[in-house]
Amino acid sequence: MKLTVNGEPRELDDATTLARLLEDQPARGVAAAVDGEVVPRAEWTAFRLTDGQAVEILTAVQGG
Amino acid sequence: MSDDPFVVAGVELASRLILGTGGAPSMRVVDEVIAASGTAMCTVAMRRASPGTSGSIIDVLERRRVRILPNTAGCRTAQEAVRTAQLAREALRTDWVKLEVVADDRTLLPDAVELLDAAETLVAQGFTVLPYTNDDPVLARRLQQAGCVAVMPLGSPIGSGLGILNPHNIELIVAEAQVPVILDAGIGTASDAALAMELGCAGVLLASSVTRAQQPAAMATAVAAAVTAGRLARLAGRIPKRYHAQASSPTEGMAVL
Repeated sequence: MKLTVNGEPRELDDATTLARLLEDQPARGVAAAVDGEVVPRAEWTAFRLTDGQAVEILTAVQGG
Repeated sequence: MSDDPFVVAGVELASRLILGTGGAPSMRVVDEVIAASGTAMCTVAMRRASPGTSGSIIDVLERRRVRILPNTAGCRTAQEAVRTAQLAREALRTDWVKLEVVADDRTLLPDAVELLDAAETLVAQGFTVLPYTNDDPVLARRLQQAGCVAVMPLGSPIGSGLGILNPHNIELIVAEAQVPVILDAGIGTASDAALAMELGCAGVLLASSVTRAQQPAAMATAVAAAVTAGRLARLAGRIPKRYHAQASSPTEGMAVL
């Protein structure tokens, strides 16, 4: 299936979970939204991504 | 505890200076300016995570034991700002947010309509909202009525260093505020921060004036001293301004020479 992750196209196996997509992310300080809706970390494991979805992964950076 | 505590939403902050971390050339400089300023709360922005870099600003802030205040910088609509705040709450485990909804890149001035809309939504969702707002006493009133825990009027546009362009409006906002007024944006140098406090602001939020100074840590020390000096002057009560001079030496007992 094709997804958009942080604005970039990504090809992933069908039925990939959000937890799988985010497994390289640090254990804290990161949040994710799918099609604009925030998905709490506790739901990442059960959250199955579907073709065409847009995932945004955010973290804190320097900012005023 | 202090005999002049700075309390926001029931939380006492050990410094009236809130520091933005944006604009610093490195994490080392962020660390230095936090130490030099004595700040108790720093802002961060929320951006797309890129592998390898995530977490480093959080590490610095946690090591310095300062409270983290995520902002919604860059958001143009209430919807963007609300979603950014929700992501920040999820990522950083805080419901505090510096709410920022700007109208355009050239001025970075707040969009009053979107700002108030976002503030109402976030308060309803349980957020502790500190809005970056125009120096407009009426909008400040509306934001308080919406349930914001502070109002943060600009002195002048973000990063401009133009100081406080409308001190009278800041005084008007202070005069009727039921929540802390925090001067946010436009500070260029220490005297601007002192003026904000003399006008009655409860605190000052600044970033560029320190992080982009030629010597950031030295400027952090300077603005921290200015915030303290301005607060003391406000509490001490300044003399009224007069049109003509008033002698400070005795006018009686003058010799005929």
